[in-house]
Amino acid sequence: MLQLDRLTLRAGDFTLSANWTAEVGQKIAVMGPSGAGKSTLLSAIAGFLPPAEGHTRWQGSDLAAVPPGERPVTILFQDQNLFPHLTVAQNLGLGLRPDLRLAASDNTRITAALQSTGLEGLGSRRPAQLSGGQASRAALARALLRARPILMLDEPFAALGPALRAEMLALVSEVAGKTGALVLMVTHDPSDAQALGGNTVFVADGVAHPPKETKALFSDPPPALRAYLGPK
Amino acid sequence: MTPPLPNGKRRWPARLATVPFLCRRSPRLLLVGRCFGRGARRNGRGVGVTRPLPPLLALLLLALVAAPLVAVALRGAGVSLGPADWLGPADWLGPADWLGPADWAAVRFTVTQALLSSLVATALAVPVARALARRRFFGRGLLVTLMGAPFLLPAVVAVLGLLSVFGRSGLLNSGLSALGLPPVSIFGLQGVLLAHVFLNLPLAVRMILQGWLSIPAERVRLAQSLGFGPAETLRHLEAPMLREVLPGVALVILVICLTSFAVVLTLGGGPAATTIELAIYQAVRFDFDLARAARLAGVQVVICAAAALAAWVLVRPAGFGAGVDRQVPLPAPGGWRRGADGVALTGATLFLILPLLAVALRGLPGLVDLPPSVLPAALRSVMVALISATLTTAAALVLALAAARRPSALVEAAATLPLATSGLVLGTGLFLIVQPFMPPSRLALPVTVVVNSALTLPFLYRILLPQTRALHADYGRLADSLGLQSWPRLRWLALPRLARPLGFGAGIAAALSMGDLGAIALFAADRQATLPLVIQQLTGAYRLEAAAAASLILVTLSFALFWACDAGGRRASA
Repeated sequence: MLQLDRLTLRAGDFTLSANWTAEVGQKIAVMGPSGAGKSTLLSAIAGFLPPAEGHTRWQGSDLAAVPPGERPVTILFQDQNLFPHLTVAQNLGLGLRPDLRLAASDNTRITAALQSTGLEGLGSRRPAQLSGGQASRAALARALLRARPILMLDEPFAALGPALRAEMLALVSEVAGKTGALVLMVTHDPSDAQALGGNTVFVADGVAHPPKETKALFSDPPPALRAYLGPK
Repeated sequence: MTPPLPNGKRRWPARLATVPFLCRRSPRLLLVGRCFGRGARRNGRGVGVTRPLPPLLALLLLALVAAPLVAVALRGAGVSLGPADWLGPADWLGPADWLGPADWAAVRFTVTQALLSSLVATALAVPVARALARRRFFGRGLLVTLMGAPFLLPAVVAVLGLLSVFGRSGLLNSGLSALGLPPVSIFGLQGVLLAHVFLNLPLAVRMILQGWLSIPAERVRLAQSLGFGPAETLRHLEAPMLREVLPGVALVILVICLTSFAVVLTLGGGPAATTIELAIYQAVRFDFDLARAARLAGVQVVICAAAALAAWVLVRPAGFGAGVDRQVPLPAPGGWRRGADGVALTGATLFLILPLLAVALRGLPGLVDLPPSVLPAALRSVMVALISATLTTAAALVLALAAARRPSALVEAAATLPLATSGLVLGTGLFLIVQPFMPPSRLALPVTVVVNSALTLPFLYRILLPQTRALHADYGRLADSLGLQSWPRLRWLALPRLARPLGFGAGIAAALSMGDLGAIALFAADRQATLPLVIQQLTGAYRLEAAAAASLILVTLSFALFWACDAGGRRASA
């Protein structure tokens, strides 16, 4: 269980508070206007921004002293999820062993992860030789290998077309299903949130509201969400 | 429950997930918290691990530079470190004795020659830079590259070349005597100025050229559409740029000339043309008056620190390897201005090339008959250059990576303090420290390595810092989120991504160290002489053929080292 316990984040004048919990295996879309603090929330959970007040807990333990690489978290950023000077296979390998001392069994797992994300045979390529969709798949393949219990996506598919994005969402669900991860995904697009299924956290006016069931939320949106979504 | 992973290993059991890493981390975090205070983790950059290496390295570097300065200060104030020549409190010197008349003359000459050198070099560089900025001709790129080379040219070689052209039996005086005119002397103030202009004109030209090329293309187009002539262009475009750029250029050259030693050692000297650096050298080598050397070194530090501080504040990086072309060509007026630009370019080219050509022509025949001291000295120089380049590059990388992650006054100080010193100052301090325990000449080469590393560190740090900052901005979070830390982070992220600037910086450090003549002159007996010292000794003995031959070897080795490191970095980054 991920618990944001009266969490307050501050960066300059900006403040964001959150006080809710999310369960293992839940799929949560994070929506809200630009600058509302969606990425800030994910940054804090990933360990890049220490809380000003309150606590982030995972299974009851406070994460404050845990550095990003050791948190139970995999995060996909908007871009630069792959190191351009390493091959795709090496980029995946970093998810298993940061020192890249890979055993034969590790390589087998990398090959399997490439296969299950539709990247068979592309392990020796550099990221520059991949398409945008393939690069996203590679980042998801690494998330699969890392198998951390929280998978966070900070709009990594924003640059992709609608068809590719739908494909990626399906892959996210597949990866989350295989690893049993709690998914937190920032998106601007209500249809993405609906495609993900599950719940939605709406972030506005300095508050990340508790997750609500996406269908119910959209069928009867509160005023701030109604303003964000615009007239139908 | 969720299905297991393909091979079921290292699967993250959700409920137990936090336990192992909390346990693994906490002892070290505790230690870090104790050592570096509470602020370390809470500075808006998130949860990170403060690593002890960068602060320790910074402290070590500070100590390395500060210890000689302290030794200098103590000795300068009359305290001796050695039991053998303890002066005692009765020997405390009064303010009147603190610097003698000869010392004050050295201070005056140091400042005068540096100011004049900087003014002349800057003034002469303006027309050359303007001509390079607005003319397009065959060989322009080559000429701009040539302007970058003297930064790496050993000063002893430049001096030798100037002696060949302007010296007693050089080209100029041969021509004058053929015309029945009296000869001109290259020694004294004019010689020092000539050499400093020769060494620094190219740097000034490149910096000012950057200024011209940085005039925004929109403004150039606007000027053209308004029908500006050369006079209006000067007034509205060029003069404002020059006002901004020239003070910095002059200051950088001033700082360089304040600590110049090799030039003054050969071309200066005597009561009228002795700099502080030279006076230190003479006090140590000939008079063995270490207290006087220490006092002079103290004065030198104060002057250098003031100038370096001013330069640090005012000067933007010169951009050694920056591009030289722009989209919108600057207006290139015809008429006499075309001729004037031609004269400026031809004059500068001849001034820079003739001395080097003279060294080459003179040295080639001598290569078959080298003095026996040259090759062992060359070997020593290469070793010194390789070791100090390795040390500096590693230290600069550690500091620049740390500074990119988290700004630190300690790191910044360690990378800046050497600018307030010089080879002779650090050399004097180390001499004072070593001398009570063993003959300093035994440590000549290690001391040279240490001094060269310290003095090149600020350059390398500045070369690497923008690159490490970009690296941190682009991939810092990704690396953190994957737990890529310490050696793997260096091996798989920093080294491959920074190979190019590392190679370039190591090349600069190696070439500078190879050609440097400073601390070694204080320490070396004949058996430890480096190649620049041998060349200086040959030049001083007027064995110019042998000196030229040795110079050819030195220049070839310097540029070969630079090229090897730079090319190595490029290849590794591919």
